[in-house]
Amino acid sequence: MAAQESYPDGLKYHREHDWARIEGDEATLGVTGFAQDALGELVHYEPPAVGDTVSADTSYGEVESVKAVSDLIAPLSGEVLEVNQAVLDAPETVNEDPYGEGWLIRVRLSDPAEVEALLDAPAYREFLATQ
Amino acid sequence: MKLIYERSQPGRRAGRLPHYDLPKAEVPEHLRREAPPRLPELAEPELVRHFTALSDRNFGIDTGFYPLGSCTMKHNPRVNERVVALPGFRDLHPYQEDEGAQGALELMWNLQEILAEVAGLPAVSLQPAAGSQGELTGLMLMRAYFEDRGEGEQRDTIITADTAHGTNPASVTMAGFKLEKVETDARGNLDLADLRAKVNERTAGLMLTNPSTLGLFDEGIVEVARIFHDAGALLYYDGANLNAVCGISRPGDMGFDIVHYNLHKTFSQPHGGGGPGGGPVAVREIVEPFLPSPTVVRDGDAFRLDHDRPRSIGRVRGFGGPFGVFVRSYAFIRSYGPGLKEMSETAVLNANYLLARLKDTYELPYERHCMHEFVLSARNFKRDHGITALDVAKRLMDFDIHPPTVYFPLVVPEALMIEPTETEPKERLDEFVDVMQRIAVEAAESPELVKEAPHHRPVRRLDEVRAAKNPVVKYGFEEVTTPA
Amino acid sequence: MSYLSLTEADRQAMLEAIGVASVEELFAEIPEEVRLRRPLALEPALSEPELVAHLEALAAKNVHTGVELSFLGAGIYDHYVPAVVDMVLSRGEFLTAYTPYQPEMSQGVLQSIFEYQTAICELTGMDVSNASGYDGCTVAADACFIAKHATGRDRVVLAESLNPQVRQVVKTYAPGFGLEVAEVPHRGGATDPDEFRAAAEGAACAIFQQPNFFGVLEDAPGLAAAANDAGALPVAHVDPISLGLLEAPGNYGCALAIGEGQGAGNSVSYGGPHYGFLAAKNEFIRRMPGRIVGETVDTAGERGYVLTLQTREQHIRREKATSNMTTNQTLLALAGLVYLSWLGPQGLRELGETCMGLAGLAKERLGLPPAFPDQATFKEFAVRVGRPAQDVIRECRAQGVHPGYALGRDYEGMDDVLLIALTEKRSPQDIVRLAEVLGR
Repeated sequence: MAAQESYPDGLKYHREHDWARIEGDEATLGVTGFAQDALGELVHYEPPAVGDTVSADTSYGEVESVKAVSDLIAPLSGEVLEVNQAVLDAPETVNEDPYGEGWLIRVRLSDPAEVEALLDAPAYREFLATQ
Repeated sequence: MKLIYERSQPGRRAGRLPHYDLPKAEVPEHLRREAPPRLPELAEPELVRHFTALSDRNFGIDTGFYPLGSCTMKHNPRVNERVVALPGFRDLHPYQEDEGAQGALELMWNLQEILAEVAGLPAVSLQPAAGSQGELTGLMLMRAYFEDRGEGEQRDTIITADTAHGTNPASVTMAGFKLEKVETDARGNLDLADLRAKVNERTAGLMLTNPSTLGLFDEGIVEVARIFHDAGALLYYDGANLNAVCGISRPGDMGFDIVHYNLHKTFSQPHGGGGPGGGPVAVREIVEPFLPSPTVVRDGDAFRLDHDRPRSIGRVRGFGGPFGVFVRSYAFIRSYGPGLKEMSETAVLNANYLLARLKDTYELPYERHCMHEFVLSARNFKRDHGITALDVAKRLMDFDIHPPTVYFPLVVPEALMIEPTETEPKERLDEFVDVMQRIAVEAAESPELVKEAPHHRPVRRLDEVRAAKNPVVKYGFEEVTTPA
Repeated sequence: MSYLSLTEADRQAMLEAIGVASVEELFAEIPEEVRLRRPLALEPALSEPELVAHLEALAAKNVHTGVELSFLGAGIYDHYVPAVVDMVLSRGEFLTAYTPYQPEMSQGVLQSIFEYQTAICELTGMDVSNASGYDGCTVAADACFIAKHATGRDRVVLAESLNPQVRQVVKTYAPGFGLEVAEVPHRGGATDPDEFRAAAEGAACAIFQQPNFFGVLEDAPGLAAAANDAGALPVAHVDPISLGLLEAPGNYGCALAIGEGQGAGNSVSYGGPHYGFLAAKNEFIRRMPGRIVGETVDTAGERGYVLTLQTREQHIRREKATSNMTTNQTLLALAGLVYLSWLGPQGLRELGETCMGLAGLAKERLGLPPAFPDQATFKEFAVRVGRPAQDVIRECRAQGVHPGYALGRDYEGMDDVLLIALTEKRSPQDIVRLAEVLGR
């Protein structure tokens, strides 16, 4: 069930185990392989609403497994454009494909400079080795 | 096994109540029930068989060893069940006038006095219904105390340990406080440097259990108390682990200002599958005016409920509290008297014996004698054989031993929290050691046996993911459900 | 008298294995200034016969319903508790078991809670019930907590005809929850839906009782509609014994149903322990406090039961939990399940009819002026006795009868009002006796 512990190169990573795929002034956000493995099979996703503002380094929602709850920490700030209905319907999608089908929200970035503070894949892998 | 609803047959019934020749009762039409509730329909023989069969699928202290850390699963004395059923207790209406309830009130007053002596704090309320409610009450008392001094707005934060039971932070939220956590050091004591950095004029108080959930007595407790009192804050004692120190060290003497008890832990109220319990609180004189109302007071030879408490935080539960629980705890305490000290000494002896015999097989995070419970880690088994604390717990079941608490406290990975209590004989402890050592061998030599445990219980491992994703929380009646 | 099992030989062997000379060494880390160096100042230990004699002496000083003909109700009722309840509760596998966190060891408790949850949902017309709350008072505070988080509003409304102890407990919890509490006065013993609606504007929830504290039948559907119109969650505090005759709250618009379970299967026991029940429509399931049991299957495909949605609870969600509740009232709720199974739907309806019929008979036979004229009642009714009810109670008790509850204890202008409760344990002859001592 667990996805491969891989960290695709095209993404940016946050120390709270979230990733961002930057597409112009928009970004798609999700949680990393490390996060979904630590939580176990997800059973519930509590998302923000479309139109809500999310702020970098603060919680924008929650995911739950049977035994744990985890805040979703936004790597970047922006306005929520879309929430992934597929994950709402089948939270385990995050475990199966955390970087693809398991995306959580899409946002319009309010401060693109924040991307500088994120890690690239090798730096995130290094950070994980210290966990 | 069938559900009681699956044993139902239309038209069957067990109970027969008196019938009288009475004028027909007419419920106004707009209030009348249209469809009867679908309650079970069985006669008494099958009713008895159903609940007997259910009990056969359950494990209690009466069945075997139950070393759940922080739960104090001690033997529940049978004489307590006899006395709680005395009609003078069982059939006494709580709104009976005080003159007609003198025996009950005297029992409650005696219990208040006893709990005050055990805590080393003078004023007691028996009202809270359980430990969690005792915690909430304690926090409300703190708020009332500070509001009375004009510091209510200022003192908005409660400090808990990172080893705290989940009820502590949950209670903090319910009481409307903010939460601050303090770390535990390598010896298992509160980290005093971290504490000093976090205690300030916004601090209302500390919530702490001592010994901690690691089963360790905080060696710096005197200094901890000084830090809080110097900052004008109070200390709250979570009595969950009181079984370790009765008659040995009193929370009031440690410096705590408010204490809650768990009557269902320390004082033998049976756990009943999840409750009932009792969570009385004892407080220092300065907090007494705010205690829940009513309390029981003595006027000469008579006892009464005192509702005249103008500064009380109010009522936290109906009536004076869960009276039947008081009867059992009172009977338990009267069976020991000052011998409660020997009870605690034996609890600590039993735990240390298990620790001594298991520490070479499982990892022991803290190199100290423990109090009434201790925490081991199965981390090495996970690393070397992929066997987790959960797997160890499930395999213990095959040997008719209830697992210890697992994955708590959070600061220890793959935690196994073991509390034997004082009522276990040495043979049970030795058997537990033998089984734990056997499981350690199985983890290396035949891990599937452990991973797929339990093998000998009424059910195998249950799909909790399914239960959470698609909750089925009541019988579906007409719907086709899973086969029995 | 103690319950310790170790012999002196055991202790010696154990101390050796630990590597200490005495138990005292195990306490060496406790700072001396906090050690108690004297025996606890408690009475010496009693042997079992002495203990029983002492408790019997205390019990003998209590005037209970077996020796005094009692018409006391006011939220706690002397309904008959059948022998099967005692039998089930005394089984050690239920009595001495812990919370069923290890489901493979606890299928008995888990399945019985599932059956209890089903029964409560059936009675109340709701989709989900928890495994019990502390009592009928604290479940009202629980309901307010749910409502606050579900609606985002910070005011709650209580009918004044709701049990005074329930209202007191809500007011104790309210400051910590950040809630304001407003009350709607009763009008002639019942609550006016228009006033209820007005008060419920901007409120998170509005709580009424059915039958209410005076025994009066409220216009419950009207009150629920009033709350819904105002955008507040309607919460009904109900008597389980009435639910064979009265419509279920879930069927007339309520979001939550709560109550005191005692009358269904627990003895009066001077106030406890009893069980509160809390049930809700499905949309509130993730906000429910307390334990919930769910059905599932095991690895062999066999049906089984587990605690579910545990992420709501304190042991996982900690400071964001739906409640701090851990220990609840499982054993008493089990008693409730056994009782309701013993009664069955037919028995529950007949019981309601008997209580209501006896109350009707008592009203007629006593012929005292009703405190709330023109109000339909269930098993309790309030009458004016023309002088302080406390005096009347004292005089009746001197003749071996407790005539009922003095409403003046909780309500202004009612010092001469007596609240009289009838259960199936009272007979028409008992009513004649009551009339006698009341001089009627």
